[in-house]
Amino acid sequence: MNKADRMMRIHTAAAAFGVCIAAALIPAPASAQVKIGAVLSASGPASFLGDPEKKTFDIYVADINAKGGINGQKLQMIVYDDGGDANAARTFATRLIEEDKVVAMIGGTTTGSTMAMIPAFEDAQTPFISLAGAIEIIQPVRKWVFKTPHTDRMACEKIFADLKRRNLTTVALISGTDAFGHSMRDQCVAVAPHAGITIATVENYGPTDSDITPQLTKIKTAPGVQAVINTGFGQGPAIVTRNYRQLDIKYPLYQSHGVASKQFIDLAGAAADGVRLPAAALLVADKLPDNDPQKPIVVAYKKTFEARTGQPVSTFGGHAYDGLMIFAQAAQRAGNFNPAKVRDEIEGTKGYIGTGGLVNMSPTDHLGLDLSAFRMLEIKNGDWALVPESGS
Amino acid sequence: MAEFLQFLFSGLTVGAIYALVAIGFTLIYNASDVVNFAQGEFVMLGGMTTVFLGYVGVPLPLATIVAILATTAVGFALYRLAIATAREADAVTLIIITIGASIFIRGVAEIVFDKRFHSLPPLLSNDPIRVGGAAILPQSLVVLAGALIILLLLWAFIERTMFGKAVIATSANRIAARLVGIDTQIIVGACFALAAAIGAIAGILVTPITLTSYNVGTLLALKGFAAAMLGGIGSATGAVVGGILLGLLEALAAGYVSASYKDAVAFVVILTVLFAMPHGLFGKTKVERV
Repeated sequence: MNKADRMMRIHTAAAAFGVCIAAALIPAPASAQVKIGAVLSASGPASFLGDPEKKTFDIYVADINAKGGINGQKLQMIVYDDGGDANAARTFATRLIEEDKVVAMIGGTTTGSTMAMIPAFEDAQTPFISLAGAIEIIQPVRKWVFKTPHTDRMACEKIFADLKRRNLTTVALISGTDAFGHSMRDQCVAVAPHAGITIATVENYGPTDSDITPQLTKIKTAPGVQAVINTGFGQGPAIVTRNYRQLDIKYPLYQSHGVASKQFIDLAGAAADGVRLPAAALLVADKLPDNDPQKPIVVAYKKTFEARTGQPVSTFGGHAYDGLMIFAQAAQRAGNFNPAKVRDEIEGTKGYIGTGGLVNMSPTDHLGLDLSAFRMLEIKNGDWALVPESGS
Repeated sequence: MAEFLQFLFSGLTVGAIYALVAIGFTLIYNASDVVNFAQGEFVMLGGMTTVFLGYVGVPLPLATIVAILATTAVGFALYRLAIATAREADAVTLIIITIGASIFIRGVAEIVFDKRFHSLPPLLSNDPIRVGGAAILPQSLVVLAGALIILLLLWAFIERTMFGKAVIATSANRIAARLVGIDTQIIVGACFALAAAIGAIAGILVTPITLTSYNVGTLLALKGFAAAMLGGIGSATGAVVGGILLGLLEALAAGYVSASYKDAVAFVVILTVLFAMPHGLFGKTKVERV
């Protein structure tokens, strides 16, 4: 090449070099973003759990950032959709830890995905607040794992208490083969003798089954059954409820808190009337007595969620809200985002009133809720109604 | 007895669904030797499109027709853009193309629609009909009737019209058909479109019973394929018989053996058919002149 070209090339290189040096000398902006992660089942059979969770995070992380963030830093919430598949969840968990380097994780919509991700977060020593139901998530207590929803064991206890009040003692169980349905079924079987309840028969269905009449027929013809409990979440219980009425089974039907969303009522239609389930007070926010300590929080959350998304509120979004707030308050108390310090503060959560109830955590209790946090509801005319309890 | 009757009704209900999907498989296989694994997506598109058109205020009968037409267009597009452009590729390549197309359609559906479950109101009433202590939904009878009517219309179309004769000719020997002046491109394209329409009708009829979501196509396609194999791939009657038989086997297995293995029945059927009688119940054994 000739001399002119060579000079131009040298000049360009020098200019580029100069820019690089200058850029390296400019200090990085002071307000870096703190990353927290969420692996949710926004699609798939658990979508009516994961979708409100995702929407809740979108709304409230933006709110927190609008108010200046936590400890002077803004939050960046990284959300991955596992589609209800535990394997996918595990892959995303690894990505959150290794690539995104999150300081905490709030997520795991289903028991299956949570159990798959626990080892990853334990190894990475990152606090993990789960949004799933089974008691095995926090029992045995794992140092880095917490959860916000009521456990399946509590659901069984609440349902059995209601059955005793109605003088019904023999039940049939029909459960989904997913981790939560399976786990709650095992819990009910374990708790039944203490509660004075006899389990006459147990049936299963797959979470994506479109017709559950064979199993319900066997329950209908089983002798001595006085009530039926369906353990599971998502689409399955909706089909169970529709088939239940189709077969004209007269016994009372109980669902778990895995269906605590208006979407269940939409899918099950008129068949849902008369179904009872234990659920968080959030669903009957407006119907709570004024002196109920949960009322202000649940009414505020319900108003915000319904105004910003145009969809009715569900307890799953409420659990996500509780998880985020518990994390935020813990980080504030810790004063920084060191995962170990934040974990200690999460464990020290006391007196937090959330959509799920009053939370008092301890080194031996990483949930913090007791049975009074659960309310017994009945579906009437397509809406939730509180069932009066004389001393729960 | 009432128990057995209930299992029977449950089996007929799901069986009719599988039968409709299997008819679609058979049609495309007959015309082009391609097993179209996107067939399940046509069923999904029929149901989901109708539901979403209903949400934006279109009256349900009109929504149904628009959904069927839209799905037919998708079926024809699948042929035109994916299968025809692969020219003389061998059958395995074309099957893999249809699998890719089904994943693509599912991805688009996930974005255009949403990830939740949806339902449609049933055609007749919601109250089940009680027979001998068992209950069957009127909608199940509608699906069964639909399968039989479609079978009849298809038979009349294939056997009694000129176009149908062209389809038979194309499936017998493509080159010979071209030699006598049949435009095989149009014939195969029309079969794809027809299979898509049948799939869409199936989707609309079954959504009141099974609910619909963007990913129901996958399992339906696999079970429909099992039903088509059982009945003999290439025979429309076989498709319906295979579908109903598969449904009955599933319901009886769920009732008398264990509900946990219900989905496994379809796959055990595929394996058994492939080992014992690859041409299925009604299929013809292929004779090749050496």
